[in-house]
Amino acid sequence: MKRFRADLHIHTVLSACADLEMSPVNIVNCAKEKNVDLIGITDHNSTFHCSLVKELAEEEGISVLCGAEVTTREEVHCLAYFSDLATLDNFQKYIDRHLPLIPYLPEHFGYQAVVDREDRIIRLVEEYLNVGLSQTIDQVEQEVHRLGGLFVPAHVERQMFGIFGQLGFVPDTLLCDAMGIMQRSAEAEVRSKFRIAVSMPMIKASDAHALSAIGSACTWFEIAEPTFDEIKKALKGEDGRKTSIE
Amino acid sequence: MKVSELVKELNLEVFSGSAGLEREVSGGYVSDLLSDVMGNASEGDIWVTLQTHRNVVAIASLKELACVLLVSSLAPEQNTIEHSNEEGIPILGTTLSTFEVAGLLYQKIKGAQ
Repeated sequence: MKRFRADLHIHTVLSACADLEMSPVNIVNCAKEKNVDLIGITDHNSTFHCSLVKELAEEEGISVLCGAEVTTREEVHCLAYFSDLATLDNFQKYIDRHLPLIPYLPEHFGYQAVVDREDRIIRLVEEYLNVGLSQTIDQVEQEVHRLGGLFVPAHVERQMFGIFGQLGFVPDTLLCDAMGIMQRSAEAEVRSKFRIAVSMPMIKASDAHALSAIGSACTWFEIAEPTFDEIKKALKGEDGRKTSIE
Repeated sequence: MKVSELVKELNLEVFSGSAGLEREVSGGYVSDLLSDVMGNASEGDIWVTLQTHRNVVAIASLKELACVLLVSSLAPEQNTIEHSNEEGIPILGTTLSTFEVAGLLYQKIKGAQ
């Protein structure tokens, strides 16, 4: 078994709220500098930058977990990760079917840019991505699992957009593979405050919107290799695979 | 003032939980953050929200609220309806926005006191 240092919640320049410097090439270089072995690419309601980050990261020996940070109808932010790019593409189609088209002003809210490996802007996404899908948290969770993905409510202790703030408590029918917590929080305190069972794995991640934040909050994975299946096993605690917050 | 009187006077739709229509409404609370309602709403309140999730009923029941009013033509999820019927907590609906309906409710409830 090997140990991998993972920061599984990173935004790219495609997220309106992320800095323009968050291009795929910069993110990969920065992750390398900060000794992050495994990065999760999770833009708001979008997966468009995952494949480029993955391609660039692999050249540098860094592994990528591809996904998105979905905003549900209740405005709960949830991370979703998928095993391969074809499945990710299916999930993107699901997002496209359920994203309300709200015109927005990039000069006020930030640009949503898709770039290439040389940091050239290929296109600007015109519909605002930081909005709630027309799907409930239960529907999103079911779709993620139908596609074999991992469903992880993000920054659960945040008053706004965290599951406890928005929904008061976790509905007993909702199947979470883990829960995400913020850089500044202590795992034990969050568990005790919200009475989260010991059996529920927790992931600490940076939620980086700027390069300086990448690697500032990490989770260790003890797995055979840095793949989706191994990460899934670690979250389930199977075959001696484990996770622990740094 | 009873829930049924508000239904009649403001022409509200009754989606579910009609067993609770004779509950007494003593005040109101407006919020879409369920944790905020858990912390700050009072017993007997009519809760005005745009959240339609099943947890709404659990929190209304926990806080002993009189009923829930969904704004802007929103409708509850199917499992929210079921839960509301089990608990006997009415879920009502209106085409009005939160601002409009909160103003009317304030006049009715506070005016009656």
